[in-house]
Amino acid sequence: MKRLIFILMLLASPALAVQPDEILKDPVLESRARGISKELRCVVCRNENIDSSNADVARDLRLLVRERLTAGDDDKQVVDFVVARYGEYVLLKPPFSLSNLGLWAIGPLALILGLILALVFIRRRPKQQPDDLSADEQARLEALLGK
Amino acid sequence: MIIELGHFAVLLAFAVSLVQMTVPMIGASKNWASWMQLAGTTAILQFILTAVAFGALTWAFVTSDFSVLLVVENSHSLKPMLYKVTGVWGNHEGSMLLWIFILAIYGGLVAALGGNLPATLKARVLSVQAMISSAFLGFLIFTSNPFLRVANPPLDGNDLNPLLQDPGLAFHPPFLYMGYVGLSMSFSFAVAALIEGRVDAAWARWVRPWTLLAWVTLTIGIGLGSWWAYYELGWGGWWFWDPVENASFMPWLIAAALLHSAIVVEKRDTLKAWTVLLAILAFSFSLIGTFIVRSGVITSVHAFANDPERGVFILGILTVAIGGALTLFAFRASSLKTNTVFSFVSRESGLVINNLLLAVSAAVVFAGTVWPLVAEITTGRKLSVGAPFFELAFTPFMVILAIIMPIGAMLSWKRAQLGKSVQTLRSAMILASVVGIFVWSMDTGGRMLAPVGLALAAWLVAGSAADLLSRARFGKVPLAQVLRRLRNLPRSDWGKAVAHAGMGLTIFGIAAVTAWEIEDIRVVNLGDRYAVGGYEFQLNAVNRSQGKNYKADIGDVTAYKNGRVVAQLAPEKRFYPVQRMPTTEAAIDTTLTRDLYVVLGDRQEDGSWAMRTYIKPFTVWMWIGVLVMAIGGILSMSDRRYRVASTARRKAPDAVPAE
Repeated sequence: MKRLIFILMLLASPALAVQPDEILKDPVLESRARGISKELRCVVCRNENIDSSNADVARDLRLLVRERLTAGDDDKQVVDFVVARYGEYVLLKPPFSLSNLGLWAIGPLALILGLILALVFIRRRPKQQPDDLSADEQARLEALLGK
Repeated sequence: MIIELGHFAVLLAFAVSLVQMTVPMIGASKNWASWMQLAGTTAILQFILTAVAFGALTWAFVTSDFSVLLVVENSHSLKPMLYKVTGVWGNHEGSMLLWIFILAIYGGLVAALGGNLPATLKARVLSVQAMISSAFLGFLIFTSNPFLRVANPPLDGNDLNPLLQDPGLAFHPPFLYMGYVGLSMSFSFAVAALIEGRVDAAWARWVRPWTLLAWVTLTIGIGLGSWWAYYELGWGGWWFWDPVENASFMPWLIAAALLHSAIVVEKRDTLKAWTVLLAILAFSFSLIGTFIVRSGVITSVHAFANDPERGVFILGILTVAIGGALTLFAFRASSLKTNTVFSFVSRESGLVINNLLLAVSAAVVFAGTVWPLVAEITTGRKLSVGAPFFELAFTPFMVILAIIMPIGAMLSWKRAQLGKSVQTLRSAMILASVVGIFVWSMDTGGRMLAPVGLALAAWLVAGSAADLLSRARFGKVPLAQVLRRLRNLPRSDWGKAVAHAGMGLTIFGIAAVTAWEIEDIRVVNLGDRYAVGGYEFQLNAVNRSQGKNYKADIGDVTAYKNGRVVAQLAPEKRFYPVQRMPTTEAAIDTTLTRDLYVVLGDRQEDGSWAMRTYIKPFTVWMWIGVLVMAIGGILSMSDRRYRVASTARRKAPDAVPAE
């Protein structure tokens, strides 16, 4: 069962993810909170953000995010605050840093490399056909053509 | 008794597969006809034996035989019959047996239908198949035996995980396995071709149906899994970029590349080495997927270290299969000579770009999946790679793919004129631009997702239609003749157009629901009416109810639009006492334009209820698109030239040289 473990981790408790009492009065602030929540990992869950997680720690983090936002932090400050406490592990999108270069660069690099290889492959083809004649044959052909 | 019979059949199948993997391989190299013929016999025998084993295990589940450990751990006498049957593969051991059974079915099919295959190729293919099946039979027998008995049978079992007691998920694994195992056929053909040193149109004609079958079943399997997550997990998510999902998505991407490049081999006798490499990679990703899921290595390096037996075994299979095949490839690939040329602008080039984009996107998914593991092993850093990464790093390749797809599909072989295709696609381009601009002008926010997504969707669907119409010479001949021509187009042309349009529909569903979804979370009193995105909802009552093996609170919700009742919804909260596990059953009212999605939350102290309500526009098109893609694949599979390949056999059976 491919999803068994995944499922077991997902539904640790029956509660809803974001509870009605967590929601901020200010809709702009709330929507920012939701956006930030989707980028932060629930640390006890498997590959789940705190926005959709039912775990208690996820709720604590959601409340913390909203608390920081209400206190006037901008989005980056909130995320930095959480990372300072829980480490890089909470970021579902690893930052563009030198240590994550391999992760971020693989797609573009593979594409460029692949394109170059493909171009070389396609270009090489047409050149091969005229070369079918050996030097002798070429000489004979030229003789026949009266050159 | 029946259990012992199944157990014995598995052991016998293991012995048979050892014979099947050695004797025909030697026969093929020595050109001994009788040794080669043994491949067919053993393949059929293996099919019969694994069928007996699978039947025996199914019997144990159906009759709730609690003297079998696996049944005790995964079944319950009160469980509905459907889930007793699907419970056979709802666990590790049973799912491995299913894997092996499907492998044996395919092997049997090659033995039965492969009369027109060259004798040596057939012997080698079946021999490679047997290497895979013996590895997995060994895995089953030595680490995951489903037929173990318990000394003191309990009165009842532990039940199946309630979340798996669901039709969507019940049939999710068989489809995925049909896909994974189908790719093992392409793999076997690739390895056999490397040993033979020959890849030709006939080879591609055999590989393509298997790849198509694998791709179609993977498409359906992934679709089922995603649909299940959508209605079962309670917030309407449909894709999580979880490692186990990626494990099925990577083979799907590579299979898509493979089935395109096999066309080039078949029609144009080029890209041979690349196609063979893709066939090897596709199955490698299936194996890697199995390893990821079965070993638990992605969840935690430590989980793997604590219970390494199964993980190490699969890692061994993985290393031998992938390493062996790639080594063979390195030595023999140069023998696969390419005979034809094509220019920059040609169908071939289009398919090369298609392959490149699909392979690169699979590489991105792979990198994201294993990066946390690699980082932890190499530097000790603990980090996460989740949906936000994949959305950013993966999506651009799909956007490019969607942009070039209709153009590539129309280019002619060898040397094409770009202008001509663009001419034919002009109306599709105009339509796509109009859709994009219209959506963009409507949207208030700065998100480009909806306009780009919808423009691409229109481009793909209209582009496919334009392709078919131009093939039928629409506008150049009378309408009656166009219709006749459309009917007479090869099935593979229809398959291509339908599958490409299906991708357009899926993109439409994804873009629409992602951009326009409305969510509402609140506490509701009984009898209260609340408004969400143009609809009103009223919670009339919450009733207690007793299911066959669970208890439930069932909400009674009425949805109104402009004061008129549009839907009655019954969201449930269930509790399964045997597993002591609660589940949520969202209530969903689906139409072609929107899903109303209602979830019942917890009862509050004052008797009111927490509720989540979503309006999800056009969601259903996501799965309609998946279905249409699968139908496109099936259409291609039914193309005459594959049927001809199998009927030709009956007319002129291949004479086997008698040494």
